[in-house]
Amino acid sequence: MTNDLEAFRAETRAWLEENCPPSMRTPMTGEDDAVWGGRNYEFKNPEAKLWLDRMGAKGWTAPTWPAAYGGGGLSADENRVLQSELKKIGARPPLFSFGIWMLGPVLLEYANEEQKKEHLPKIVRGEIRWCQGYSEPGAGSDLAGLQTKCEDKGDHWLINGQKVWTSYANYADWCFCLVRTDTSVKHEGISFVLIDMTTQGVETRPIKLISGSSPFCETFFTDVAIPKHQMVGRLNGGWEIAKRLLMYERTNISGFGSNTRVDVVDLAKKHVGVEGGTLEDRDLRARIAAHKMTERAYALSVQRATEEARAGGNVSHMASMFKVAGATLNQDRCELMVEAAGNRALGWSGEGFSADDIATTRGWLRSKGNSIEGGTTEINLNVVAKRVLGLRDTQ
Amino acid sequence: MTFTLNDDQRMLKDTARDFFREQAPVTRLRKQRDEKKNGRDPDLWREIAGLGLAGVIIPEEFGGAGLGYVALGAVLEESGRTLVASPLHSSALAGASALLLAGTDAQKQEWLPKIASGEVVATFAIDEGAHHAPGKSKLKFEGGKLTGAKQYVADGHIADLIIVAGADALYLVKADAAGLKRRELVTADSRGAADMKFEGTPAEKMNGGADTIDAILDRARIGLAAEMVGSASEAFEITSEYLKTRRQFGQVIGGFQALQHRAAKLFTDLELTRSCVLAALDAVDRNANDIAEYASLAKARASETVHLASNEMVQLHGGIGMTDVHDAGLYLKRARATEALYGGASFHRDRYASLLGF
Repeated sequence: MTNDLEAFRAETRAWLEENCPPSMRTPMTGEDDAVWGGRNYEFKNPEAKLWLDRMGAKGWTAPTWPAAYGGGGLSADENRVLQSELKKIGARPPLFSFGIWMLGPVLLEYANEEQKKEHLPKIVRGEIRWCQGYSEPGAGSDLAGLQTKCEDKGDHWLINGQKVWTSYANYADWCFCLVRTDTSVKHEGISFVLIDMTTQGVETRPIKLISGSSPFCETFFTDVAIPKHQMVGRLNGGWEIAKRLLMYERTNISGFGSNTRVDVVDLAKKHVGVEGGTLEDRDLRARIAAHKMTERAYALSVQRATEEARAGGNVSHMASMFKVAGATLNQDRCELMVEAAGNRALGWSGEGFSADDIATTRGWLRSKGNSIEGGTTEINLNVVAKRVLGLRDTQ
Repeated sequence: MTFTLNDDQRMLKDTARDFFREQAPVTRLRKQRDEKKNGRDPDLWREIAGLGLAGVIIPEEFGGAGLGYVALGAVLEESGRTLVASPLHSSALAGASALLLAGTDAQKQEWLPKIASGEVVATFAIDEGAHHAPGKSKLKFEGGKLTGAKQYVADGHIADLIIVAGADALYLVKADAAGLKRRELVTADSRGAADMKFEGTPAEKMNGGADTIDAILDRARIGLAAEMVGSASEAFEITSEYLKTRRQFGQVIGGFQALQHRAAKLFTDLELTRSCVLAALDAVDRNANDIAEYASLAKARASETVHLASNEMVQLHGGIGMTDVHDAGLYLKRARATEALYGGASFHRDRYASLLGF
């Protein structure tokens, strides 16, 4: 077994050496370097395309998915070897994908054979980019209150309604979407459908955030007709799938938006001043130290949960806990960076501020969404209290 | 690095857990206190040592189990759960660590077997003022004799052997040495401690300097943090159970979101701290080169967590939480004593920042 793994490591190392292009072994310089794939994706760097094509062909964008659906078919141990070899050469992720992080795992669990064969390989190769149609104007934290109507028209479903906070819907090719198929009940009247965004009647409108960026959209469905086979799972059985997918989403959200190129300590040293090896502002120093400890504690906890999962423990219920802790951590980090950088972090655009300064400002503003997107901190604390601690609303 | 216990460690933890739950539940501490024992319970210590728990980190050649700090941490965590009043952390952890790191061969031969068997209770005397300040010792050593003073030495009133840290040297002092004056302290946590004066007290020099003192302290901090995680966990679990049973307004109070969120936040904090302590114990056993960072991380986080957990235990129990008849007060008092010992959150945040270079 160990010998097999060592052989796999040697093979992997040789393959990566030959196939990972030089520019894909340099650190990403910002969110712009993230490759999301899809029908209309424009690669800024031809080597990024090459890297995605090669990794996708091997199934290594989704290493542990079955090879029958385009995945790498690797065991958990082999995947660890692959990840450590990728890390060793500083390889960039070939693909950022809601398809891989969220949709794929639930398709593997709930979809029929045809659906898996149709959608999973395209996700692996980065050919189709997915977006998530969950929240609605009237259904945010109370997601199960969603009203987007899906009617059975005999040979097709007819969808009417509006979604909001659909991440990158304006760039997405397909949408996995929660719809109401029974208005007489709440949770039991929801179904999970897949919608091609080029279908007649689908319209998207980007939403501008306080950071100036527009990662989210409003998405409108007006008499959108989709084939019957685009429903996943059973009719009115969508809530279970929705919750499972949220768990994957919460596990994967890790503080979008912060300017990770700059360390808060370096920033403080530069702008606050150092005397005798320590930051002059002792109060800020103590708070940065406390933050650094929480950061370490968080990283160690993720490592511990991974180890416990490997040993067969069920750690899925911890997703909400990590979501809360991760969001808080990233927001604290951004606040400390802005405080440390002083007025250098109060710029918006133009020559008067460096690109890093502006990234710090905008990253801080973007981080305010961390405790809202993917389930608010309050909703996730509810989940921890109820499912982990067993505190029920009424007894 | 690993966070999971192996079979030996797991077995030891179970043994400790069963024993403490049955023979040293919180009622035993309460009884000791009510009988004004101030931490003296030699029968209990004999039984603890009889199970091999006083020699967990001591190598087999010196009569111990040689199981390491992860194993001892597991035992200490269990002892923290029921607030076991025994010199486990001062003797089996701090005292044994000091001899292992700074003892001459002869000193190890003489003392380690006795510490492992529980026959001798050792302690580590470090602080000289109201706060932890290991580098600021005014202790003097001339012609084999010590002059100076130590304050609030944990289990100092029952120790047979005192390992005394100067600014950059370590000394062994026997409790019955001439010129040693001990004043027993009656402490809020009912465990007792002692102030000590050395007035030309005969002492034996040990190996090592300031770095060795730090290394000993770091092991003591990490082990104590394990005890603190145990206390915080138990305080949290008792409180969580109370939320599920106490009824007001026609429902259990655990149904109120304000309380659910406080419980969920405390749980999250506790889990993050537990990871730090487990990693720190493992770092000692691996003899990692960043034990100091781990020690300050573990001790600062454990201090904050047990502080919060003990305060929440009082508040969320409402009226009963502020009465002496409830255990919340005992967890609260012990929490503050462990927070202060070997440096609290503020001390270790400062040290962590220095270690990280700012």
